Amino acid sequence: MFLQEPKDLTRHYSAASLLREGFNKQKGWAPAWRDAAPKAEYDAVIIGGGGHGLATAYYLAKEFGMTRIAVLEKGWIGGGNTGRNTTVIRSNYFFPESAAFYDFSLKLYEGLTRDLNYNIMFSQRGMWNIAHDRHGVEMLHRAVNAMLLNGVDAELHDGAEVKRRIPILSDAPRYPVMAGLLQKRGGTARHDAIAWGYARAADMRGVDIVQNCEVTGFDIVDGAVTGVRTTRGDIKTGKVALAVAGNTSVLAELAGFRLPIISYALQACVSEPVKPVLDTVLLSISHGVYISQSDKGELVIGSAIDLYPSYAQRGNLPVMEHTAAGVVDLFPRFSRMRFLRQWAGIVDVMHDSTPVVGLSPVKGLYLNCGWGTGGFKAIPGAGFCYAHTIAKNEPHPLTAPFSLKRFETGALIDEAAGAGIAH
Amino acid sequence: MLQISCPYCGARAEIEFRCGGQAHLERPGPHDQVSDRQWAEYLFYRDNPKGVSLERWVHRFGCRQWFNVARSTLTHEILAVYGMGEQPPQLEGTKR
Ligand SMILES: Cc1cc2nc3c(=O)[nH]c(=O)nc-3n(C[C@H](O)[C@H](O)[C@H](O)COP(=O)(O)OP(=O)(O)OC[C@H]3O[C@@H](n4cnc5c(N)ncnc54)[C@H](O)[C@@H]3O)c2cc1C
Ligand SMILES: [Zn+2]
Repeated sequence: MFLQEPKDLTRHYSAASLLREGFNKQKGWAPAWRDAAPKAEYDAVIIGGGGHGLATAYYLAKEFGMTRIAVLEKGWIGGGNTGRNTTVIRSNYFFPESAAFYDFSLKLYEGLTRDLNYNIMFSQRGMWNIAHDRHGVEMLHRAVNAMLLNGVDAELHDGAEVKRRIPILSDAPRYPVMAGLLQKRGGTARHDAIAWGYARAADMRGVDIVQNCEVTGFDIVDGAVTGVRTTRGDIKTGKVALAVAGNTSVLAELAGFRLPIISYALQACVSEPVKPVLDTVLLSISHGVYISQSDKGELVIGSAIDLYPSYAQRGNLPVMEHTAAGVVDLFPRFSRMRFLRQWAGIVDVMHDSTPVVGLSPVKGLYLNCGWGTGGFKAIPGAGFCYAHTIAKNEPHPLTAPFSLKRFETGALIDEAAGAGIAH
Repeated sequence: MLQISCPYCGARAEIEFRCGGQAHLERPGPHDQVSDRQWAEYLFYRDNPKGVSLERWVHRFGCRQWFNVARSTLTHEILAVYGMGEQPPQLEGTKR
């Protein structure tokens, strides 16, 4: 059942509404979702209003008919890693479990604008992963073979072809470009639109999105969760789902258990905006940098984590310097461009660079964590599988291998070594 | 940029060092009596505190010696440097 349509919200976007508002000086647009106040009781409470929490709420309502649910966000929705990420979407993983899951997520992305009635600006501009030495080329061969065996699209090209397709690459880089792996279906999307689109679609199905509401504790009776404590009052519920990225260890501690997670700062930056120069996403593992150009014209640049644990949401200078050096070696013409903004998010890293989507040691408390530096691409897929887990109290087949148990059984899915890509 | 005081070389820039993760982890044993759960705890589970973190660092591009650091993960402030095998100093906000 849909809620009665409140008059003060814009419920449908279309070419006709764009045209109408064009003539109306854009004055008729109204908020896209309600800023709800928390109720005393819910069937399920999701902690964290990032992409993962909001997508989970949407699929719980849409696919599993659970609408008495709330997303509790301590700040504003999308203010965490979802609003800080560089939005690279791809499914070029190594192991069958990862490939199956991430390709499922990529397929959901392909239909998401229509599904949400919200333009997420998904642009399948392709993603290049380039190699600079013989061993790197061998690793690309291995990656392409794995991807093809896993049923994921992949192309291998030599250095000359990479240079032909990306003409602004340096003619004489210090580390020559010897080959490139292209996943054509990869690309980028608009970060905020993922949070806002899911929030709006979940709200429309009756989900309460509660901002400025920090979870400060859990009520646990006989090993089962019965409620959460928040800065806006206590809430009774039998199902609590964590989706708090870098803060997962902090909440787990409040619930009385530890996790195999370390929180690090991951930073990114954008340049001043320029005319279109780069129509794809390029990653060099050897340089440890990746780059794309946003629709606004900014170069969006990212690299690896700052190598010590942090909750500080700001990056250090040495990593930025290293990143800039890599970009300038690949693209000398960018050397005189100015940085516009630099920032960091706190990412939750697991030893094998594979997440956990499943059960926790506390009954009724569910885990979605460990996405580390690469969980934006996973938002639709994980939202779907996590909703299944919460509704049925058992993992979805696609994410069943992503359990906490693997750290005891040894069945790690070591994408850190397998795909060798961080994001 | 952090400035870290190596106990052997003195104050140096962060880029000379490498963080080696949580300090004071003890390998469980004897090996044939350690459960899978205990191995998992030892190898993968970490405190990951938001606040004071006790961690090992190595002066990688210097004397190559290891030592312990008490550092805030919220401000990155270094609160104490102490030797390998030493117990951590009493600091407000430390878990153990
Ligand atoms: C710089 C950077 C670049 C990245 N680039 C990419 C990329 O190119 N491709 C890719 O796939 N991934 C990328 N990632 C990773 C990706 O951003 C994350 O994996 C993903 O966004 C995580 O989404 P989330 O919803 O789990 O977390 P978040 O978006 O961080 O949401 C978690 C929310 O929980 C809230 N919260 C925390 N504690 C509490 C509490 N106690 N009570 C209530 N709310 C709480 C936070 O305020 C936050 O809004 C990048 C990350 C960073 C930082
Ligand atoms: Zn030294």
